[in-house]
Amino acid sequence: MSALLEVEDLVVTFGGRSAAVRGASFRVEKGETHCLVGESGCGKSVTALSIMNLLARGGQRSAKRMSFAGTDLLSLSDREMARLRGNRISMIFQEPMTSLNPAFTVGSQMAEVLTRHKGGTRAAALERSVELMGRVGITAPEMRLGQFPHQLSGGLRQRVMIAMALMCDPQLLVADEPTTALDVTVQAQILRLLATLKRELGLAILLITHDLGIVARVADRVSVMYAGEVVERAPTAELFRSPQHPYTRGLLSCVPVPGRVQRDRPLGSIPGVVPAIGPGFAGCAFRSRCSQADATCEHEIPRRQAGGTHDYLCRLAPQVSEPQPA
Amino acid sequence: MLLLIARRLGLGLLVALTVMTLAFMLTRLSGDLAISIAGPAATQADVEIIRKAYGLDRPLYVQFFSWVGRAMVGDFGQSYFFKDSVANLIARRLPITLTLGLTGLSLALIISIPLGILAAVRENTWIDRGVTMFTMVGQAIPSFWLALILMIVLGLNLGILPISGTGTWQHFVMPGIVLAFTAIPALTRLTRSGMIEAMASDYIRTARAKGLSRARIIFKHALRNAAIPVVSIAAVQLGFMLGGSIVIETVFALHGVGYLGWESIAKNDFPVVQAVVLVLASIYIGLTLLSDILNALLDPRLRTG
Repeated sequence: MSALLEVEDLVVTFGGRSAAVRGASFRVEKGETHCLVGESGCGKSVTALSIMNLLARGGQRSAKRMSFAGTDLLSLSDREMARLRGNRISMIFQEPMTSLNPAFTVGSQMAEVLTRHKGGTRAAALERSVELMGRVGITAPEMRLGQFPHQLSGGLRQRVMIAMALMCDPQLLVADEPTTALDVTVQAQILRLLATLKRELGLAILLITHDLGIVARVADRVSVMYAGEVVERAPTAELFRSPQHPYTRGLLSCVPVPGRVQRDRPLGSIPGVVPAIGPGFAGCAFRSRCSQADATCEHEIPRRQAGGTHDYLCRLAPQVSEPQPA
Repeated sequence: MLLLIARRLGLGLLVALTVMTLAFMLTRLSGDLAISIAGPAATQADVEIIRKAYGLDRPLYVQFFSWVGRAMVGDFGQSYFFKDSVANLIARRLPITLTLGLTGLSLALIISIPLGILAAVRENTWIDRGVTMFTMVGQAIPSFWLALILMIVLGLNLGILPISGTGTWQHFVMPGIVLAFTAIPALTRLTRSGMIEAMASDYIRTARAKGLSRARIIFKHALRNAAIPVVSIAAVQLGFMLGGSIVIETVFALHGVGYLGWESIAKNDFPVVQAVVLVLASIYIGLTLLSDILNALLDPRLRTG
């Protein structure tokens, strides 16, 4: 069976300069939560935007393959893509405070999604808005219809964005760091909400985040991005148990994992910064920061299998996970 | 919303009172009014008679409050030069100025808003650069020069529009175009920059993510936000157009309020000068209030302010 979303060798460039994404590949299955994880500037948000064809002006995307439910996204016209967006693929963003139009009521912004894609009356669309606002845990939904975004808190606005994204029963929700701008408590509520929606609606979620804590809590599968490439892909439990790519290992050593960190040992860190990747760059982008790098890292790196659906981009042979300290 | 209107109204009244005081004081500062009314050939006795007749012998504060009191009920006194009441004079000329101002503003909006939107959605293309060039040239052209060129081309060479007077609606076309050109550059640039800012905003990205049509994104979601500063400036521009159309009214022989004001200053017809200043200031205040209300309607965040 083919995946819901398949992306193969995605390349995104801005104005012909260095590439923001250099051959990213991943698959999102129906009904799964797939996390794209990586540090700032690794290309994860650009990847999400290019799937939606929402790249800022000057952004160019190309790929060997980019398909959604069997439809080739690259061959769609702007008009056909617009018909898909908000309808079968929805997206929510990192900035709940500014993502809603300040000049229109919550109700009108929600209702127009349904009337645009499914037709029907405005009254029916407003009714659906109330239903979905209730579903995403917004109290007094009827009252919210007539309110303006500035009258809502950040957490409420993000809930409105989520409810709006669900108006047409999409199959895929692309969520670009949806909790980064929110309080920790609100963050937890939103994550729980996403997990519930996934379970109850069979919604597939492509979740972009830099937070491994979020990954551990909600993801089914993980793709780790570094400098525009997906360097490791694995089911979540597998990734946390036996990370293979030195970058993934480095990332994991930076966050405290209960039962793994010892009290007196400091948390790890990755030396150096993400290198500038110019045209004609070859080999492993992580080699300048990697303690195990050698001359072979300057050549093309093979994608290695580490069993099942776990693979990674490194010359090193798979390692069996170390026994955990009791 | 009502509170906002009430507060702005109160503020407007204060401004009107200040304008009245200033208009009154400035006309008195220009010299002894009795002497200038009497003219160079008058004797001392004539001046004294005029001083008494016009009530200029009374203390200043008495004159001021008597004028303010009457102005409140619409009585601005008699003109010294035209044998008519000031209220009548202004009432007869105001429609001309209003017609001219509204024609100018409508033309300006009809031209500058679509032009600004076009330039914004085609940012950094030759269309955008063409529009910018047009606004720069428009800004640089003096009104009287444009007026004369239009008169020569449209009036004399092509003979499709009358050159001067106020007989028909055609008489207002050319002055309207010239007046519109005083506002078009600013309004176009404001629409353009507002639209560019709006189109780059997060809520437009959301609108695109919702799959809305391009037309709806531009004309509903972006324009509504870009229109807010344009509305403010358009109201102020209309104020300028009404008060500052003296040059255009003179060139096209349109006897409006601006022209009346200029005539009265030249003739020391100070009751008319005071009244013209007050009327134009009141219109200005009214327009500012209107712009505040329109802004509050366009931007819900201002409604609670």
